[in-house]
Amino acid sequence: MTATEMLQQLTENAQPHLALQPERPQLLVGIATCANAAGAKKTWARLAETLDAAGLTDDVDLIQVGCVGRCSLEPLVEVRMPGEPPRMYTEVDERRAEIIVRQDIEAGQPIPTWLIDEGERLGEPARPVADVAPGEINVFTRDWRHVDFFARQLRIALRNVGRIDPESIDDYLAIGGYAALAKVLDEMSGDDVVTAITESKLRGRGGAGFPTGLKWKFTRAEEADTKYMICNADEGDPGAFMDRSTLEGDPHSVLEAMVIGGFAIGAGQGYIYVRAEYPLAIKRLRRAIDQARERDILGDSVLGTGFSFDIDLRLGAGAFVCGEETALIASIEGKRGMPRPRPPYPSVSGLWGKPTCINNVETLASIPAIILNGAEWFADIGTEGSTGTKVFALAGNVNNTGLIEVPMGVTLREIIFDLGGGVPEGRKFKAAQTGGPSGGCLSAAYLDTPIDYDSLREAGAIMGSGGLIVMDDTSCMVDIAKFFLTFTQDESCGRCTPCREGTKRMLEILERITTGKGEERDFERLQRLCDATTRASLCGLGQTAANPVLSTLRHFREEYEAHIVDHCCPAHVCKSLLHYEVDAERCVGCGLCKRVCPVHCIVGEPREAHTITREVCTACGACYEACKFDAIIRS
Amino acid sequence: MLYQREALDSPQWWQGLDEMIEREREANPDSWQTALIPVLHYVQDCFGYVPAKAINHVAQALGVPASYVCGVASFYSYFSLEPRGAYTISVCQGTACFVRGSQSVLDEVCRQLDVKPGETTPDMLFTVSDSARCLGACGQAPVMMIDDDVHANVQPNEVQDILAGYIAEARREMQAREELIEIDARAQHE
Ligand SMILES: Cc1cc2nc3c(=O)[nH]c(=O)nc-3n(C[C@H](O)[C@H](O)[C@H](O)COP(=O)(O)O)c2cc1C
Ligand code: FES
Repeated sequence: MTATEMLQQLTENAQPHLALQPERPQLLVGIATCANAAGAKKTWARLAETLDAAGLTDDVDLIQVGCVGRCSLEPLVEVRMPGEPPRMYTEVDERRAEIIVRQDIEAGQPIPTWLIDEGERLGEPARPVADVAPGEINVFTRDWRHVDFFARQLRIALRNVGRIDPESIDDYLAIGGYAALAKVLDEMSGDDVVTAITESKLRGRGGAGFPTGLKWKFTRAEEADTKYMICNADEGDPGAFMDRSTLEGDPHSVLEAMVIGGFAIGAGQGYIYVRAEYPLAIKRLRRAIDQARERDILGDSVLGTGFSFDIDLRLGAGAFVCGEETALIASIEGKRGMPRPRPPYPSVSGLWGKPTCINNVETLASIPAIILNGAEWFADIGTEGSTGTKVFALAGNVNNTGLIEVPMGVTLREIIFDLGGGVPEGRKFKAAQTGGPSGGCLSAAYLDTPIDYDSLREAGAIMGSGGLIVMDDTSCMVDIAKFFLTFTQDESCGRCTPCREGTKRMLEILERITTGKGEERDFERLQRLCDATTRASLCGLGQTAANPVLSTLRHFREEYEAHIVDHCCPAHVCKSLLHYEVDAERCVGCGLCKRVCPVHCIVGEPREAHTITREVCTACGACYEACKFDAIIRS
Repeated sequence: MLYQREALDSPQWWQGLDEMIEREREANPDSWQTALIPVLHYVQDCFGYVPAKAINHVAQALGVPASYVCGVASFYSYFSLEPRGAYTISVCQGTACFVRGSQSVLDEVCRQLDVKPGETTPDMLFTVSDSARCLGACGQAPVMMIDDDVHANVQPNEVQDILAGYIAEARREMQAREELIEIDARAQHE
């Protein structure tokens, strides 16, 4: 029996929760970390209760799916009635949950004002970004064409997230899961797979953008009795959550890609190194691995072909540097997670000294789609040097926070304003931060830069893992640089001096500047330290630690000057440079400021003007926010 | 979660640990060191910290010096070598949360509990984490995690109510436990 035939059998016996053409009503509830934070579990419970009370439990399917990525409107509930286009309800709290069951499902009267498209429509019909993908992949743009947030996306890595029950392998099988694996096992040699990935020009999504095909080729070329395939799910960049969402919403895609990778490079064992901070992802991965083993998709004879491959989980333990590949390997080996100099690269000498291929979650998640649709299809998407799509985690001061996947080469403006809906509360866009602590901040002048590996690098930022944090004029760029340096300084493993000391000295200078003690010469000092740390550090952590400083110096130099020369913080963030006073003319003596002051430094009799005791005041700004008469002056 | 502190002197617990180490060693016969971090995770999950006694025990079982185990445990911020409170509070200090004002949430938590980040309240109820990086719910920044519960869009003025919920829960659990002990005692008496 071929792998394809065996897969066919599995698929025929599968009992998916989710039918593609539902014959009875289905309620899809996003259950993921982000959704749970917004209360999705309560929503789920209330939906179940109400269905029960209405006697509909047996007629309606209540199904959990991953997160479709529209974070700020969570919890989301999708209603699919047979023969009708699907509807997505937003911000479904317990009250809404009950009404949706009673009114939409039971009485057949949808509630338009709660639907995602009503609030989303920006006046004109959505313009789909691309129509490149054949078949099922584009279902997001098919069903949600009228919603800008979805229509402008092209989902490849996230193709199944939000569409299937991530805890059910049968759901994955039903939408064509593991077909890429069967195709590889039946029709392709290891070389064919490597060639396909090389021709797709897929580059690693974990940060560095190294060509995946080349990495697989190198590992394949090594002669060794044992090799390893590792999935890097340590996602340490603050502000990035695409890997979490992928693992929580579609764990089998990653498993499938790892088996394909194992076959291509000649490995028999895989490890997934996942952050301990992601308990739900860990739970779903464990389950997925068990289910795959039960069906002989993992184990001694993958899909009956005699090829043996298994996967184990290893948990991180809260060290950012363990995302770096050599540190990650040390951590799996049970050591302190410290990087080591490369070469030798892991493809030559990795886990236990054996050839090892390490890939990021998102890189892997794209691979089954490339195998099925062909390298050319993928290479045609995106730009010449950066093919395919990239997932971005849109967060910070932007209206539509969430996860989006777009073709490489779209501009920052399209992402932030068309998909992201712009900056809230009518504030002004100030900067976009990409690439986490290794990346940089781009100013408004770069809004029309196409986003791909090379353009971002030229602009002084990096693609990184895809965190995209939008800042408005309430963020102080010197403070942001200080924030990242605090992070890298803290996470530096301490092994090499340039990184350990360089980050510390830079942080000290930034601290001086933000407390008004900066000097003109600090520009030069910072520049020198940046150069030294970048050039002399052992691993990527130190080599890129200076990027937040360099990019803010380059694009926001005037803010540094304001701090150093004028001793003021234009964004009113750096507390040492702020002070608060009561405007005696305006103060009516209501006493509100006195009550909110955490350090009790405001004095005054009722109905008389109050005063702030400067010596005690911590400049927290609570009184400023609270005052209804604009009687607190900030300067 | 209230940890079963009495387990430290329970022989069954130590036996369970030995069995786990044995299993891990069997699963990876040539590379049993890989068991170390999973074992530390298990210990941390049971007690909320990694006690010195466990370090010695694990070192002996794996045949490595205790200093090595201690070195590994202290490298990773997830493992604590000191007892932690029943609940660990992590106010996310990731970028998205930072630009949305998580610092003032953390300040408020510390003020309410009268501790500094990294410290534990004297009643051993709460530990405020000082190393909470992105919790992966950036779309709902600022985010606060108490054990495994994620609280989204937390504003400083909501902190007090959130904490109160946990204090009440701990009280209930403690009471239930005392009642159990009492029932046990009565059963033995009879
Ligand atoms: C300090 C540091 C942290 C890193 N963190 C991650 C991470 O969290 N996730 C990840 O996939 N790659 C991370 N990387 C990149 C990895 O070293 C490696 O390049 C990547 O996993 C390779 O996979 P890819 O080729 O699929 O991108 C990090 C690198 C450095 C230097
Ligand atoms: S930055 Fe706080 S959850 Fe990601």
